[in-house]
Amino acid sequence: MKTRNPRPSHPGGAPGAAAPLPAAADIAIIGAGVMGLALAYNLAAEGGKRIVVVDANYLAWGASGRNGGGVRQQWSTEMNIRLMQESLSICAGFAQEMGINVWMRQGGYLFLARTEATRAHLEASIALQNRCDVPTRLIDMNEARQLVPELEVRDASAGDEAGFAGACFNPTDAIVFPWPFLWGYARAAQKRGVAIHTATHVSAIERRASGDFVLQTSKGPLIAARVVDAAGAWSPEVARLAGVELPDWPERHEILSTEPLKPFLRPMVSVLESGLYFSQSLRGEIVGGITLPSPRDREVRLGSRLRFLQSMATAMVEIMPLLGDVKVVRQWAGPYDMSPDGDPIVGEAPGAPGFYVCCGFVGHGFMMAPVVSRYYARHLLGKETHELFDAWSPKRFTAGGASGAREQMHIG
Amino acid sequence: MSKKVILCRCEDVTLTDVQRAVASGVRDLEEVKRYTGFGTGPCQGKECLRAVALAIAEASGRAPAAMHAFTTRPPLVPTELKYFAGPRQAAAPADENA
Repeated sequence: MKTRNPRPSHPGGAPGAAAPLPAAADIAIIGAGVMGLALAYNLAAEGGKRIVVVDANYLAWGASGRNGGGVRQQWSTEMNIRLMQESLSICAGFAQEMGINVWMRQGGYLFLARTEATRAHLEASIALQNRCDVPTRLIDMNEARQLVPELEVRDASAGDEAGFAGACFNPTDAIVFPWPFLWGYARAAQKRGVAIHTATHVSAIERRASGDFVLQTSKGPLIAARVVDAAGAWSPEVARLAGVELPDWPERHEILSTEPLKPFLRPMVSVLESGLYFSQSLRGEIVGGITLPSPRDREVRLGSRLRFLQSMATAMVEIMPLLGDVKVVRQWAGPYDMSPDGDPIVGEAPGAPGFYVCCGFVGHGFMMAPVVSRYYARHLLGKETHELFDAWSPKRFTAGGASGAREQMHIG
Repeated sequence: MSKKVILCRCEDVTLTDVQRAVASGVRDLEEVKRYTGFGTGPCQGKECLRAVALAIAEASGRAPAAMHAFTTRPPLVPTELKYFAGPRQAAAPADENA
């Protein structure tokens, strides 16, 4: 069976372009995005051997190279809050550990809520965050303007649809520049013996009588005792090669970057109802996106739309009019990997022993990868497990699936 | 005088940066863009793409004609956001560049 995985239009390039593909792997990871690379790195760091990562394209080609780089701890379930506290701490030590600048800036996240209903959700989440020692505060528009004087926002009052019902601010949330994370994880993994093969397309996954898998790739066959599907929005196509049906699907999200400006904007600013978010990177640009109503995509689509530019510019200029004079230099698209209940899909696929998935992160895979990959590596090596493997098990979509608190905060 | 040769003036990417990228195994303009950040500033590669392509070709021993330019992103030139803001205009004839 063939996939629609895009083949590189001009193969070649690193890493692993010149080296032959190993004949066999203990664990073969499909997808060299941040999740696959971070998992490979953690597996090797925990003593795993014969780890091979394959990807049809080059590093940072997919969603890991197309996202806004937000890393926040404002979540609505305790497990996610605690996971993201740990992820942020890994990000904070990443530059030193990996010897690469990831342009991290801890300027906080400011979420604005238009409606009372959203504000009520925030209040409940803040109480939970505070119990986990995340210092989020509920604030009014006066305080929001003190934090970001360029914001022109006002408190909601009767008959005023342009006002906001409230906001929350956590000063310890952060942004990073995604690209160097990939190079950092890739180089560190290679140093520990991981074989990374980009421009290596997987066209079939066969199961041998012994239980091993054979991956047919554009660089020859690879025998693997276990396989991890870390292909993000492309993970259903990859899983289908192994006869596994996954319930996630791709959703196009667009993003833009402006010319670089003198540093002025400390926090990431987001409006919960519209999905607007923007921040100023350490490189000086304003980077952000907004959710557009879009039909459920059957395959990944990466075209840029004028409609996005119009919606985004309108929403930005409405709350921060001075941005009207700032020039947009580039827009692009990337796929969110959507899951039916908004939570990731992580673990061994039901009915397919040895075939593991790590997908359905709904636009948060980048910020979650540092911590999820750490626990996934220990889980795969049989050292330790974590409650996330119950909460996010793919089994919940089959008969008698798990229930529990589902995440509510899905923006930025 | 400094011997530093700047190839991408927007993002301060030097000839040495590109040579290091190639030495580490990165070969294509798309990859070198993501490795060095060249071409991501206000000119979006309009000034530096040829120079970087030639530097990669020289460092990797490939013919310049074998190099492929990276994907061009809209808008065509840096444009103030105010020109896109406001009530939604009638659907443009070409909404999507895909």
